[in-house]
Amino acid sequence: MPRFYSLAALVALWALAAALAQSRLLPGPLTVGAVTLADLRSGELPFQMGCTLARVVSSFVIAMLLGTIAGYAMGRSKSVDRYADPWLIVLINLPALVTIIFAYIWIGLDETAAILAVAVNKLPNVIVVMREGTRALDPGLDEMAKAFQFTRLSRIRHVVIPQLAPYLAASSRSGLSIVWKIVLVVELIGRPNGVGFVLGSAFSLFDMARILSYAICFIALMLVIESLLVQPLERRAIRWRGRPA
Amino acid sequence: MNDAQSAGEAAPLELRIEGKTYLSADGTPVEVVRDLQLRLEAGSFGALIGPSGCGKTTILRIAAGLDPDFRGELRRPGSGRLGMVFQEPRLLPWRTVEANIRLALPAHETAADLTELVGILGLGSHLARYPGELSLGLARRVAIARAFAARPDFLLLDEPFVSLDEAVAIRLRNELVALTTRTRVTTLFVTHDLAEAIQLADRLYFLSERPARIILERSLPPPRGARSRDVIAAISDEMRSLLSRLR
Repeated sequence: MPRFYSLAALVALWALAAALAQSRLLPGPLTVGAVTLADLRSGELPFQMGCTLARVVSSFVIAMLLGTIAGYAMGRSKSVDRYADPWLIVLINLPALVTIIFAYIWIGLDETAAILAVAVNKLPNVIVVMREGTRALDPGLDEMAKAFQFTRLSRIRHVVIPQLAPYLAASSRSGLSIVWKIVLVVELIGRPNGVGFVLGSAFSLFDMARILSYAICFIALMLVIESLLVQPLERRAIRWRGRPA
Repeated sequence: MNDAQSAGEAAPLELRIEGKTYLSADGTPVEVVRDLQLRLEAGSFGALIGPSGCGKTTILRIAAGLDPDFRGELRRPGSGRLGMVFQEPRLLPWRTVEANIRLALPAHETAADLTELVGILGLGSHLARYPGELSLGLARRVAIARAFAARPDFLLLDEPFVSLDEAVAIRLRNELVALTTRTRVTTLFVTHDLAEAIQLADRLYFLSERPARIILERSLPPPRGARSRDVIAAISDEMRSLLSRLR
């Protein structure tokens, strides 16, 4: 309930400010609501959000997959870590905008470039978290799995992944928010559709109602994904911890 | 025993460690074992007894084949199916008791019936629980059940009853005797408790301080597991006086 009141207060504050300002540059909640409804009916809003969501999901999956593999390898092997760490540092400090420009110039203004650029931006963060997780693996359980001759598959499934689950959850949560913010930038610079593209064209028209409408809808969508997908998965992964003796 | 040696399963455990060193945290080499020779007949129960920190666990890990980094030779009994009970239970906390035991089953019998094994160890009502919900005594039982579920032809136990209260330890020792007698598995048991070793074992191996070697070996008359308190006391007195002359 406190969450609801807090959000309601934010909307009330916005309505008040809009009423006082009486400006085209700060439309109130009702105006924004009307624009949202119109774009929902015309199918414009679902289409643009769908484009963006597809890019978010693809680059998120690529970044998580590659990042987990690389982070695991670096956490397991000191020599891999020594060789790969400088690359990682370069990657971490590469500004998102630079990656995006490189991708568009080298690959072209297409979907592959857009998705790759976002994935590369997210990648180092996943690697760092998964490397930490891998370093924290319990050597006692490794030895147990070896003594009982677990197959490679059951070692990964029953021994490694459950230990990495909290790290996977942490990097997916932070990852999702990073990814969708960068996707908008990528769309603004080089895609003919998606929420980022709409925001860009609305910006050039000073159409504040549309900017607010799309921004709010996208935040709402990400909250839904977070609470309906990420959080339940996290709870499932740590259910063995929950029960008191 | 010579005539049985052609059959792989009746081969004894033969372990010879000329030397085993490891690097301590500050990089200085520490010699843990030197010139150790150990032979344990197939189907018998051997106990390694020594002071804390003398390298018992190191020897056990080498015997299990978990640590190939030593000078010497190892011939394990049987076809290499290992059952191991570590000092800590080392269960997977995110799997139930039953799943923990089942994961150790040999690959071709993952659906095996566990009722009997679980019954002997009194785990029947705990199968659906997670290890975090168990007392240490129960977790140790699960670890023992897991070791036997693997159908081992070589069983290794590393002080499995340490830090349990005596009543629980006595019960678990009896359960261990019952299971090892029934399966006739070649067993190597590490302990610092002489009375425990005399109660359980066919053969005792006494270790020196670090670097460890065997300073005294002694076979005990049967029946193991059923020796009375007086017999155990008499044997341990005899061992202590022998050892005091050696040390």
